Amino acid sequence: MKVLVTGASGFLGRAVAVRIAGAGHAVTTLQRRPSGAPGVSDIRGSVTDAALVRRAVDGQDAVVHLAAKVSLAGDPAEFTRVNIEGTRALLRAARAAGVRRFVQVSSPSVAHVGRSLVAAGAEPADPEHTLGHYARTKAAAELLALSYDSPGLAVLAVRPHLVWGPGDPQLVARIVDRARRGRLPLLDEGAALIDSTYIDNAADAMLAAVERAEAARGRAYVVTNGEPRPVAELLGGMCRAAGVPAPSWRVPGRLARIAGGAVEQIWALRPGQDEPPMTRFLAEQLSTAHWFDQRGTRQALAWQPRVSIADGMARLAQSYRDEG
Amino acid sequence: MTDAGIPASLTTLPGLDPAWSRVVQVPGAATDTGTRSTPALRSWHVLDTGPVLDDGGHEIAGTVLAVHGNPTWSYLWRHLLTASLAQAEAGGPAWRIIAVDQLEMGFSERTDVVRDLPQRIADLGALTDALDLGPVVTLGHDWGGVISLGWALAHPDQLAGIALLNTAVHQGPGPIPAPLRLAGTTGVLTAATRKTTAFLETTLALAHPPLTAPIRAAYRAPYRSATRRRGIADFVADIPAGEEHSSTPALAAIAEGVRGVRVPALLVWGPRDPIFSDRYLDDLADRLPHARVHRFEGAGHLVAEDAPYASAVLDWLPTPGATPTESDAAPADHSSHTPKAEPAFRPLGAALEERSNDHDIAVVDMAGTSPVRVSWRLLARNVERLAAGLLGAGVQPGDRISLLVPPGPDLTASVYACLRIGAVVVVADAGLGVAGLSRAVRGAQADVVIGQRQGLTAARTLGWPGRRISVDTLPAAVAAALGVTASLPALMRDGERHLAEGMQLPPHPGPEEDAAVLFTSGSTGPAKGVRYTHAQLAAVRDVLTAELGLTPETGLVTGFAPFALLGPALGTRSATPDMDVSAPRTLTARAVADAVAASGARTVFLSPAAVLNVARTAHELSAADREALGGVTQFLSTGAPVSAVVLGSVAELMPAAVAHTPYGMTECLLVTDITLPDILRVADAHDAGVCVGRPVHAARVRISALDSGGTAVGAPVRDPGVLGEVLVSAPHLKDGYDRLWLTDLAAIRGTPDDGGRWHRTGDVGHLDDAGRLWIEGRLAHVLTTTSGPLAPVGPEQQVERAEDVRRAAIVGVGPAGIQQAVAVVETNSRARRAGLATAEVTEQVRAACATPLAAVLAVPELPTDVRHNSKIDRGALAAWADRLLAGERVRAPR
Repeated sequence: MKVLVTGASGFLGRAVAVRIAGAGHAVTTLQRRPSGAPGVSDIRGSVTDAALVRRAVDGQDAVVHLAAKVSLAGDPAEFTRVNIEGTRALLRAARAAGVRRFVQVSSPSVAHVGRSLVAAGAEPADPEHTLGHYARTKAAAELLALSYDSPGLAVLAVRPHLVWGPGDPQLVARIVDRARRGRLPLLDEGAALIDSTYIDNAADAMLAAVERAEAARGRAYVVTNGEPRPVAELLGGMCRAAGVPAPSWRVPGRLARIAGGAVEQIWALRPGQDEPPMTRFLAEQLSTAHWFDQRGTRQALAWQPRVSIADGMARLAQSYRDEG
Repeated sequence: MTDAGIPASLTTLPGLDPAWSRVVQVPGAATDTGTRSTPALRSWHVLDTGPVLDDGGHEIAGTVLAVHGNPTWSYLWRHLLTASLAQAEAGGPAWRIIAVDQLEMGFSERTDVVRDLPQRIADLGALTDALDLGPVVTLGHDWGGVISLGWALAHPDQLAGIALLNTAVHQGPGPIPAPLRLAGTTGVLTAATRKTTAFLETTLALAHPPLTAPIRAAYRAPYRSATRRRGIADFVADIPAGEEHSSTPALAAIAEGVRGVRVPALLVWGPRDPIFSDRYLDDLADRLPHARVHRFEGAGHLVAEDAPYASAVLDWLPTPGATPTESDAAPADHSSHTPKAEPAFRPLGAALEERSNDHDIAVVDMAGTSPVRVSWRLLARNVERLAAGLLGAGVQPGDRISLLVPPGPDLTASVYACLRIGAVVVVADAGLGVAGLSRAVRGAQADVVIGQRQGLTAARTLGWPGRRISVDTLPAAVAAALGVTASLPALMRDGERHLAEGMQLPPHPGPEEDAAVLFTSGSTGPAKGVRYTHAQLAAVRDVLTAELGLTPETGLVTGFAPFALLGPALGTRSATPDMDVSAPRTLTARAVADAVAASGARTVFLSPAAVLNVARTAHELSAADREALGGVTQFLSTGAPVSAVVLGSVAELMPAAVAHTPYGMTECLLVTDITLPDILRVADAHDAGVCVGRPVHAARVRISALDSGGTAVGAPVRDPGVLGEVLVSAPHLKDGYDRLWLTDLAAIRGTPDDGGRWHRTGDVGHLDDAGRLWIEGRLAHVLTTTSGPLAPVGPEQQVERAEDVRRAAIVGVGPAGIQQAVAVVETNSRARRAGLATAEVTEQVRAACATPLAAVLAVPELPTDVRHNSKIDRGALAAWADRLLAGERVRAPR
């Protein structure tokens, strides 16, 4: 198959491009910076550039769309432009070009309504009740993508939850960085069970989604390792892998959520590009349970995680040792 | 008969489908016919599933005629209507339910006529005539029960069964219940029932748990004005409170007529009822000896709201077209009922009677400052005297005698005297605590309570039923204060006189007669009464003889309730060590040694909690104590599993003894047995769980496999390696539970139909290649993960191998079918607070446990069941872990 992967310069996007190429498919990537992925053809540019997008999808059998503005704060218009309009441009072009498969990479936060999720399924995306611009625009984008599912174009959405692994500049690096500076509190007991996804498993799931698109079309699937862990154990494991002390001080979760909301509002008034230290969304992610029923996903995608959390932690530790 | 309009307010009541609602016009009966040639038409509101069943094309199996009491209405039966339709939709028998609103009540007509009992029965007959029904099963609650019985007796050809919920047909010897006596007084009556809604509200407040506001509003819906409530007042006034009351003859006729009912009967009871207490259940059960009886412990007067009565009724309803089995319907004539006698039945008292001239010691009591020794001869004479004394005092065969007596000569004499005359002994362990004991004694409806001062004080204070007999002679004032009418010494004196005057004891009870009701420990829900017949108790004796080689020479030291009583039946000397029987964990090693020395017994039988303490107090033993224990050849611990280490440490105190840990339960006291050497031999096996050995003599064990939801649905098999519920059959298995018909049904569900009695134990485990049974936990504690059901004990044993872990429990969090396994551990260095375990402990536990664990939690101390010091309360732990791991703030589990 010829497959276009957007957003391949990101942590997950690059892994997905490499994995799909490794399975024998011809991979083209589309993003603003070089993907750095070996064995793929890069097209440089933004998904908001309609002409460029039309050129990129021409002749492709499948599209895996990861490109998005991922941030906890920022200009709302920019989120809408990239995450919603970019997706629309890609979908229109794909349909016009006769692309047969479209995998919308989404996030469990698109259906997140601020309560704990215990053995949850993939509820419909809900732009109105999500927290933050990222989740809201990704929810709208997912709904938009699924609305394009039609006899000629199989569309499905895949929502990997908390992807981590060696070389992750987002989750792992930030946690380790904060812990190193002693600025990583645990909310409440840190006992809330959260699901996470080791990077290789997430990439496998995207490949499975491309290959199983016809059978699994029209729906959203949450992807995780299926090994929920207390948030403190997961964060502590990442810190230990990096050789920094695990967080040990606690903040009441309710307080953090209130503070997070306040910080968000203050940050919204500040010019600049840096991220707020705490948001309501983050506070909720770290103080309420988030784990998912994976039976439906595994059956529909005919996919199983290959790397356990324990093995993933060992690989993470190895990567930090290799970095020296 | 014509249908009229449906009350508009019915369409919005919770749980009620307006499609069931009909108003029918029926020619009046009795008073209503008057002198007119055309009787007045009466307008009835009924809930009727007939039209819905017709629409669905169902063939109707029969009709249930449901009659509410006062001050409710047909709304009371909504769960049965719903459940019966669901059953029909699922392809089961389609029973038509007709739940009436009696005239003056609910949404039926207000006739301006005061309707007494005969009138109401005639009214109901007129309605059923108009509806032209086939076979009818009556169902009634409260005074609706009486009216439904009146209808039943008037329609014998149509009657297919009777079912009753908390009702009464007889006022009994005592005064009518206080709340009704009060309500019956004019003035109060009017005020309470008509001018205000007090009576209605009082009744609605009897639900456990309380009714929700919308349900209460639904019950009030037809009674919103004083005029609409007049029927409630008239109904209360119709309770026959005296001989002169117009309804008294009718009630008396029903009470007697019920004795002739031969169709299947069901009595469903909520014992927390201030009006219709267990006394009335007892009365009805006596009149309907063939009735199925189920008491929903914790439910009250509104048992239809409190308990799943609908499934009870549907399970019981006679299969259409089938002739009732012998056990379902009453035998036509009691005298023709010939018991299937075991050829070799030997009465429990046989050994005692055979040794009635033997001066050797039978029972040793260690409770006092020095041992009290009772010879076989004296024990036999005391039993005979007491038997005669009890008979002389009016105790009848079949009467229930609750024994609140600690093990020792008094208890032994009482038990064998009761068994001799066919009275049924009720034995509840004091370890149940006062509340548990109270439930047990009330539930068993004892006719007589024999107890020491403490037990009798509880009986008096808590109003337990039954005449009270004291163990010792009490001062007259104390006896009077406690309502004690006799004492054991006085009864023995009376008995001796009766015997001297030529009284003959009746023949020994037959093997099929009830002998005992033993209460379960209550560690798995409210304590249940377990009924044993004489043949079954004799089989307990016989299996102990066969399996453990107990003979007249071996002797027996035990404080473990049911076994402590079996010494005289076994013909062997028995001794009870000095201990607080309500707290077996207080038994010391010295007390055991003293009892062994005083009795010369070579067999010691202990409960698991006692074993733990004996091991703990071994350092107190003197050289003489150790020498006495050196004569013991057999040592048994039964109940919850005790670790090989603890067992070994106690076995070391008795170097000549073989240590056994039999596995059993109140329902079957001995199922399997294993010796300590065999336990050590299987220690390296890869089987999960605790090995409890092979089935004892005459017992059979099968496994019913679990499905993915953790329900034991598999056909019983003896294949090795199948995880499932343990099923057992043995001659010494219980007869059944006492007044827990649904529990009985559940306990025999899907068991082999091979003529033997079977029992589902509620334990899960598997058999190995050598036919040994391994117990892996309780069915209720099985986790349902995405990889299937998971029994806790196997992974717990693995976790307990972790260096820092002392004890562990494996519990599930999350919804059924996708539960995550979580280890909760007690660590060697006591955790400061309950929460996530340290990283080190977590790592150790994960490494030790082959089962994937979502989390490892540590607590300062695992909560244990009060009764069994050694049983971990996994239910409480699971609830705590579930909330903690969902991110809630929770207190430590207790």
